[in-house]
Amino acid sequence: MGLNMKSVIKVSNLTQIFFDQKVLQDINMDIFSGEIFGLLGPSGAGKTTLLKLLTGQLKPTLGTIMVLENDIRYLDKMIYHKIGIMMECLGLYERLSCYDNLKLFAGLNDVPKDKISQILQKVGLWEVRKRSVAKLSKGMKERLAFAKAIMNTPKLLFLDEPTSGLDPSNASSIHDLIQKERERGTTIILTTHNMTEAEKLCDRIALLNQGSIVECGIPKEICLKYNHQNKLRICLLDGKIIELPNHSSSAKKVKEYLEQGCIQSIHSTEPNLETVFMELTGRKLRE
Amino acid sequence: MKIKHSIIIAEKQCKDMLKNKTVLIQFLLFPLINIIMEHSVTFDGLPEHFFTKMFAVMYLGMAPLTTMAAILSEEKEKNTLRALLLSNITSIEYLVGVGGYIWFVCMLGGSIFFITGNYKGYEGIVFLGSMAVGILISLLIGAVIGTWSKNQMSATSFTVPIMMVFSFLPMLSMFNETIRKVAKITYTQQISLFLNQTEPIKINIENVIVILFNILIVSILFRYAYKKYGFT
Repeated sequence: MGLNMKSVIKVSNLTQIFFDQKVLQDINMDIFSGEIFGLLGPSGAGKTTLLKLLTGQLKPTLGTIMVLENDIRYLDKMIYHKIGIMMECLGLYERLSCYDNLKLFAGLNDVPKDKISQILQKVGLWEVRKRSVAKLSKGMKERLAFAKAIMNTPKLLFLDEPTSGLDPSNASSIHDLIQKERERGTTIILTTHNMTEAEKLCDRIALLNQGSIVECGIPKEICLKYNHQNKLRICLLDGKIIELPNHSSSAKKVKEYLEQGCIQSIHSTEPNLETVFMELTGRKLRE
Repeated sequence: MKIKHSIIIAEKQCKDMLKNKTVLIQFLLFPLINIIMEHSVTFDGLPEHFFTKMFAVMYLGMAPLTTMAAILSEEKEKNTLRALLLSNITSIEYLVGVGGYIWFVCMLGGSIFFITGNYKGYEGIVFLGSMAVGILISLLIGAVIGTWSKNQMSATSFTVPIMMVFSFLPMLSMFNETIRKVAKITYTQQISLFLNQTEPIKINIENVIVILFNILIVSILFRYAYKKYGFT
């Protein structure tokens, strides 16, 4: 992973209460410099609330949040020079052009004007820079919101459901942009309920359910941890599927199949994130 | 507070407003009606520049109030205000930027009344000064409504009755003694009385006290609304 293990976000004993209801309870987590951290959970799990708390849009009821060594309760507005935020509702001016939207936020963040053109080219919106946001497709709007978020070359980038409602092609282009930002060394925190996206992009994830973190770690390791079956699934050329224990005792049988040349593929039986989440909560991620 | 930020917001507002016909029409409606009425309606006993004085007061009670409320509530509804506040801008910088721009545009509209009213010298300064103060109070009322409302729909339901009261009371008070007594506590009526003096305009202590009282009340309301609901 090549991560610098310096914590850029530290959340301790965080509990958030709205109208006597705990929407987040006892959240503890560290997010390290340079990683992509995913907050994964179904709608209403508390992902967006947690993101709002991490970005200082809400004040925590209990517990502490340190962002870039600043206590979020006493946040200095200057920290927003180092942070990029792409909200689920994109916060773009519909009547203004793409260029004017970026020009506005560039001005507020002391970003030189020539960077606007560079970023528009980077997100593939240069050709439509004069078009008003209202006339853009959903994918284009998402890319523009992403451009707005990375305008100030942030150290920390928060993405709230960045590919929600996008077709695979547009989602893939957003994924590419996220990867490029990570290569630049940006720490990225994204919320999603798309497990494929999380597995593809995230170095670590936290599975949220009803306001609590039910599991946190590297996606692959989480899946292996819940690999209770621990079997090898062998698909034979004749279409038969055979499951064998992932143990030295199966070696002889596997060797036999290999010698007969009848194996089409061999898989391990570890679950995916969706299955792990189901096992932990009894709920589906897309609920 | 950074003035540069407010200027950037004002510049954004200028571009946005040019493409927003529903807001744009607020600034043009009364000045245009005034020009038409001043040039087309004349009859014996009609006071000099009657329409200019009447429409100027309606304009300052209506245009800044509805525009400010509409802009603020739209920004809240569409989360653009949240995006701005997360871009290192403070609430006061935003208010100065948007409010300053609307005030300036309203004063441009006010200058049309200034021309059609044929104001000169001291009277002209007093007229523009009254417009400036009246527009400022209306802006503050609009800001209170915008802050109070979650979205444009709820802002409109507040704006329409409040704007009607402040804009039309001075005109209605010409026809009814009871309305006249009630209307005296509003800044628009005081500005109307001020502008309709037949003698050379004199600054009356009652005008000033009522206007200052209006500013105080609106400022308290704004502070309350901001503390309770904020800008997001």
